[in-house]
Amino acid sequence: MAKTVVTMLGKSVRRIAQLRGGSGSALPGLFVEKIDPNFIKDTLSTLPHGVTIISGTNGKTTTTKMVVELLESQGLKVFTNRTGSNFTRGVAAALLGEVDKRGRLQADIAVLELDEAHAVHFVRAVQPRYCLLLNVLRDQLDRFGEIDTTAKMLQTVAKATTGGIVINRDDPRIGVPAFFEDSTAPARTYGVHSGLLSQFPSDDSMRASSTDTIANSTKLYADDVCLEAITENGAVIAFGGNNYELSLNLTGIYNLQNAVGAVALVRLIMGDQLDQTKMLKALSQVTPAFGRGETLTVDGQPLELVLVKNPSGFRLALQSYTPREYATMIAINDNYADGRDMSWLWDVDFDSLQTGGVAVVSGIRADDMALRLKYENVAIGSVEVDLSAALNSFIASGAGSAKRIYCTYTAMLELRRLLAKKTDVEKVR
Amino acid sequence: MSSRPIRILQLYPDDMNIYGDWGNTLVLKRRLEWRGYDVELLSYNPGDAFPEDVDLIVGGGGQDSGQTKIEDDLRRIGPHLKALAENGVPMLVICGLYQLFGHYFKTKDGVTINGIGLLDVITVGGTERLIGNIVTHSDDFGDIIGYENHSGLTTLGKNVEPLGTVIKGAGNNVTDGHEGARYKNVIGTYLHGSLLPKNPAVADFLLLAALKNKFGDQTTLAPVDDTAESTARASARRRPR
Repeated sequence: MAKTVVTMLGKSVRRIAQLRGGSGSALPGLFVEKIDPNFIKDTLSTLPHGVTIISGTNGKTTTTKMVVELLESQGLKVFTNRTGSNFTRGVAAALLGEVDKRGRLQADIAVLELDEAHAVHFVRAVQPRYCLLLNVLRDQLDRFGEIDTTAKMLQTVAKATTGGIVINRDDPRIGVPAFFEDSTAPARTYGVHSGLLSQFPSDDSMRASSTDTIANSTKLYADDVCLEAITENGAVIAFGGNNYELSLNLTGIYNLQNAVGAVALVRLIMGDQLDQTKMLKALSQVTPAFGRGETLTVDGQPLELVLVKNPSGFRLALQSYTPREYATMIAINDNYADGRDMSWLWDVDFDSLQTGGVAVVSGIRADDMALRLKYENVAIGSVEVDLSAALNSFIASGAGSAKRIYCTYTAMLELRRLLAKKTDVEKVR
Repeated sequence: MSSRPIRILQLYPDDMNIYGDWGNTLVLKRRLEWRGYDVELLSYNPGDAFPEDVDLIVGGGGQDSGQTKIEDDLRRIGPHLKALAENGVPMLVICGLYQLFGHYFKTKDGVTINGIGLLDVITVGGTERLIGNIVTHSDDFGDIIGYENHSGLTTLGKNVEPLGTVIKGAGNNVTDGHEGARYKNVIGTYLHGSLLPKNPAVADFLLLAALKNKFGDQTTLAPVDDTAESTARASARRRPR
């Protein structure tokens, strides 16, 4: 079928899906995939800077947002799958929104967030020029089986990459020479100063009696980007033999770690063409992605949405955000996108919530979360499975105080929809 | 209450701790504390000296790589663990350690990994992963609710009883409807989720056995408030596979 026709039909399906109130990603993507399996490949193959894939367990959406904004500071037109629907169909749907009537994409580079399994699927069709591999942590083991299997998926992505690989040298599964011994593209690294490593508990040290954290802080390559220190309102990062002190709009240690990953990738992509001043200025202006520490205003008080989807992410979030002076709500769903298995809640330490308690526990598996808190001796205000009722009672009971909601992916999407009726919530394409 | 603390040993917590196995240890600890007992948590990792006077043993599942690390050591302490089991020491082993407590695990590729034969079970590697919510029934414990994620297929010998009969889900294998294994006070199972938080009857069985061994047969367990446990059980069993 002619590309013009495919594009036209796909765009129509996308419009109809959006009119029906969906986010417009899965259905039109599926449609195009069925009638033209080469649609993605053909459309992306024309880009002058090629395709970049960002994958790993935690931090994909925020890191992708950072990379896009840093590349835009360099004057590049960037295509990305902004909605966080990080699978091939989501990419097809995002493409449909961007291409012109002839199916041409007006962009210099594609920066795509893909989960590990979909990244493997994707690189079979399209060879990426660059990839940024963030971490391998316990997540959705009910889908992937084992964490070592997940690491192998990222290895496949690295192997398919042609221009350059950026890896987190502190990850015990990615940051080892064996990980990319089969890769032909040159590798660069990023990471954090060894003194900060203790703030990143790895899955391997989760229940270990020893105090080991991520063990691997050896710089694998000379050209490394490093998070040297965290300051009052930002961070010090080091590369090319210099230290740069930056003020940042990002909260959470893990967002700073992702920021140095984004810098490493953008330096690789831009090479000699890099305008460093513009890149660092853009970095200091980056804000978190939707639902990833995003702050809204409700009744004159800040309300933060913090996405949690696996034990390491939840533990880091609890460590990064102090509960003092904040009312806390937790919303746990177990839809397919969240993962059905609730075991992970038992691999998170909730003792930081013992002092202030949790005002409202909600979501499809609210009762599991409440049981988890009971065994951690954390007091609970109320348990309300229904998110809408829970949100209303949380806002009413916490009048006059700042609020924070830890939520799983589908709970976050639903809460944003509910909050959009009460306050300004940025629309995500 | 006695001032002698109850000593709970975690078997290989560094390498075998996947899927919320910590939840089982925490539940045992809290349910003793609520009843006024002192608890001492011990860890055993490869190469350690095996602690004396252990009242209860818990062990979890692991990655294939984690299992490789502990296999030799487990065979070394196997005879000691068997002697403890014969003496009625309660043990709970999940997934990976459940398999290695059996006679052997034969992988898909035909490699045989010898277990310690504490439980009369054998396991062979399967081609599909059995993943999802599971509900089984036991005459002693009522319905047992959890989550399974394994590819090994386990078959029971005549010296063990199944822990439960599958109501929803796969269980030990996909054919005989059994889930888990029991021998004396030892329980092996594929259920995590974690197992004990939503199955307090199983937790209390292990605790009572430990307390009777330590303080005599007249020991009883004071009731505790299990409202939150009952509510979580009810909502978990309504979830799809």
